[in-house]
Amino acid sequence: MTDKTIRKVLLLGSGALKIGEAGEFDYSGSQALKALREEGIETVLINPNIATVQTSEGIADKIYFLPVTPAFVEKVIEKERPQGIFLSFGGQTALNCGVELYRSGFLERSGVRVLGTPVKSIIDTEDRDLFVRRLDEIGVKTIRSHAAASLEEALAAADQVGYPVILRAAYALGGLGSGFCDNRQELEAAAAKAFAFSPQVLVEKSLKGWKEIEYEVVRDCHDNCITVCNMENFDPLGIHTGESIVVAPSQTLTNDEFHFLRKKAIDIVRHLGIVGECNVQYAFSPDGEDYRVIEVNARLSRSSALASKATGYPLAFVAAKLGLGYGLHELKNSVTQTTPAFFEPALDYVVCKIPRWDLAKFKGVSREIGSSMKSVGEVMAIGRTFEEAIQKGLRMIGQGANGFVCNKPYKVEDLDWALQHPTDTRIFAIAAAFESGYDVERIHALTHIDRWFLDKLYNLETTYRELEACPSLAAVGRGLFLKAKRQGFSDIQIARVFHCPEAEARERRLRLGIRPCIK
Amino acid sequence: MKRKKATLLLQDGREFSGWSFGYDGLSEGEIVFSTAMVGYPESLTDPSYSGQILCVSYPLVGNYGIPEEEPDAQGLCTRFESERIHVRGLVIADYSEKYSHWSATKSLSQWMQEQQIPGICGIDTRALVQLLRDEGAKLGAIVPEGCPAPASFPDPHLENQVAIVSCREVTHYGSGPKRVVLVDCGVKHQIIRCLVARGIEVVRVPWDYDFNTLEWDGLFVSNGPGNPALCEVTVAHLRKALEGDKPVFGICMGNQLLSRAAGGRTYKLKYGHRSHNQPVRLVGTERCFITSQNHGFAVDTSTLGPDWEPLFVNMNDGTNEGIRHKTKPFFSAQFHPEASSGPVDTEFLFDEFIAKL
Repeated sequence: MTDKTIRKVLLLGSGALKIGEAGEFDYSGSQALKALREEGIETVLINPNIATVQTSEGIADKIYFLPVTPAFVEKVIEKERPQGIFLSFGGQTALNCGVELYRSGFLERSGVRVLGTPVKSIIDTEDRDLFVRRLDEIGVKTIRSHAAASLEEALAAADQVGYPVILRAAYALGGLGSGFCDNRQELEAAAAKAFAFSPQVLVEKSLKGWKEIEYEVVRDCHDNCITVCNMENFDPLGIHTGESIVVAPSQTLTNDEFHFLRKKAIDIVRHLGIVGECNVQYAFSPDGEDYRVIEVNARLSRSSALASKATGYPLAFVAAKLGLGYGLHELKNSVTQTTPAFFEPALDYVVCKIPRWDLAKFKGVSREIGSSMKSVGEVMAIGRTFEEAIQKGLRMIGQGANGFVCNKPYKVEDLDWALQHPTDTRIFAIAAAFESGYDVERIHALTHIDRWFLDKLYNLETTYRELEACPSLAAVGRGLFLKAKRQGFSDIQIARVFHCPEAEARERRLRLGIRPCIK
Repeated sequence: MKRKKATLLLQDGREFSGWSFGYDGLSEGEIVFSTAMVGYPESLTDPSYSGQILCVSYPLVGNYGIPEEEPDAQGLCTRFESERIHVRGLVIADYSEKYSHWSATKSLSQWMQEQQIPGICGIDTRALVQLLRDEGAKLGAIVPEGCPAPASFPDPHLENQVAIVSCREVTHYGSGPKRVVLVDCGVKHQIIRCLVARGIEVVRVPWDYDFNTLEWDGLFVSNGPGNPALCEVTVAHLRKALEGDKPVFGICMGNQLLSRAAGGRTYKLKYGHRSHNQPVRLVGTERCFITSQNHGFAVDTSTLGPDWEPLFVNMNDGTNEGIRHKTKPFFSAQFHPEASSGPVDTEFLFDEFIAKL
């Protein structure tokens, strides 16, 4: 049952794109606007960024190219008098702005209803102390976070939880101002930076080496819940999901682990009273069944955009409809058009997301990646094998790689250092390590990347060696060529093995009767 | 690494070629597919798969290996759903030779070798699943290289699969103030665990045992393989129990047998429901649940007796997902509230059953 008094809705966009906050919110905002239009609701958008899809003609009825800040939003609301407002489609910027408008009492005074997740629930997820308290109520483990308003308080908190610790700035975008600290000196340096962004910092126990797993949960006002997708980070905990290679669905979880975390995610979303889309991030112990909830994003996020693309489930579109009061069972599955949106996609492929960095464009910037986001975009690759997906992704990221193997030599002075310290090119350090004779165990010890991923990458090295062992391209049999193709080798990669032009590899492939097909 | 070629042969002569893994031998049965993305140790040991060759549509299988089974003090499996693998063969796309998990002690292939279950990998499972969806479940065989192809394809549903997988004698589990008789049509151990964990004494009896001779507070009819029409003995016993007023709960095959005892008809689905993502709706409410399912037959709700009504309905295809008696405490679910494998969202049904005792 939807509320028919809602005839005009204001949607807060994400504002300018910057490093740490990519274009995914343009996608979620556009989807939401389309969903509103389908309902015959007049839409008003605030977004100062003209270079987006959502500000293009025909998406919103009216657009204000204004900053997404309380002062401007108040003026627009006074002028437009919408009945409802959407806060969760413009990332952290829109969410923070919405929370301020709620706290100042403006939303209540102006009689604008927040559609979807109530602001109280948003505050529960954003304020770390409240968040921990709320999850404690249902016995869900969180990372104990100690809020500190001064350097002295931060140091005392670190002594209490024990080093290594992670330092986060409260209310920050893309993990801005966060970092790992192994000792007092590192904490002092990191805290100085973090206090520049935020009046409050959070000190937490570091769970370096744990798996990082995410679930995308959708809940409607009838308390019906689904998890659209789960995702596993290739890199262990400690690297921001925006900086990490991410795989969907998870690859190294057993049924019990998968459904234990799924159940917890649903419990959390129900307890917090989310209506719409929500992202739950876990740290999961690789040698037991221990876990911590890292954070809950009560909004469309980068991960939800990925989950949406990975599964074909239009998360933002559905979330917008749920905000209007629809139930999941009342909405249609956009793929089948006959079955309801209350379902969980079952994939018969694996998805690999690879971030793109442009660190080389900046002078003096560190190549190391960590708990704050430096990447500027990402690609998503789909394959029937993990090897295929990751090779396609690495190729399409557009930074000169042909795949995992068959690239220009990776030059590094100290390979162990390059494996231990995650950088924008660590994946190629792994390739170089295999080439230098490192085994999976040794690389695992240095990187803490799950052996399953490393074993799969090693398969690529093995295939490369099998190809190299052939005296000529003409000597590559159909079986080996097909295996290489199924592992995502491009014709260029195969040509590089034999130092021949791509056309020759292609011709050999066609002669062997190996062609791409779509099913 | 030496790999042996193998062929997946369908009854109509069509072939899919791949590589042999697991046990090196012939496997015959009904080929069915599941879209579950996790839970191969649980699925393979689910007695409801008796007589079937399972094709997993998710391409990467074997990733986390196989754990060591450690039966609990009462002899219930803690890692698997029964003491052995029940699928006759496994069809997958990309087998993970190397597994990675703290709990694993062997690979999927090693486990299947030990249990003499053949597997075939490197199969275009998407094409196979599309074929099975379009044309329905088919008989077939996994034929490793050097193994003679079978001359005929016997239909496992002509045999009473329930009689093959049911227990042979009466067993007691757990303790508590209430006693539930569990009719074992091929019960998954998680079901017994769900009951015992709630402080219930469980008396597990064979499928054809006349439980009306026993004293009990509640009756449970388990899941099981194959065609419910072959279990008329159980249905006759059930009919007698339904004359009384004591609570009855059924799952999967239990739903079908309870429906038959209630006068309903059962029929074979084209390709069945085997997945972790089946949406069901509690009839007459806005409450919907994602469920784990594994069944090839269904209940025709329109044929139920006048005292009965549908309890759950499938939101994808409208098929029956459970029934209940209008006045007495009898109800059942076509899906698997015990999960294992799959989502645990409907486990509350066990609580509802126990509250009625």
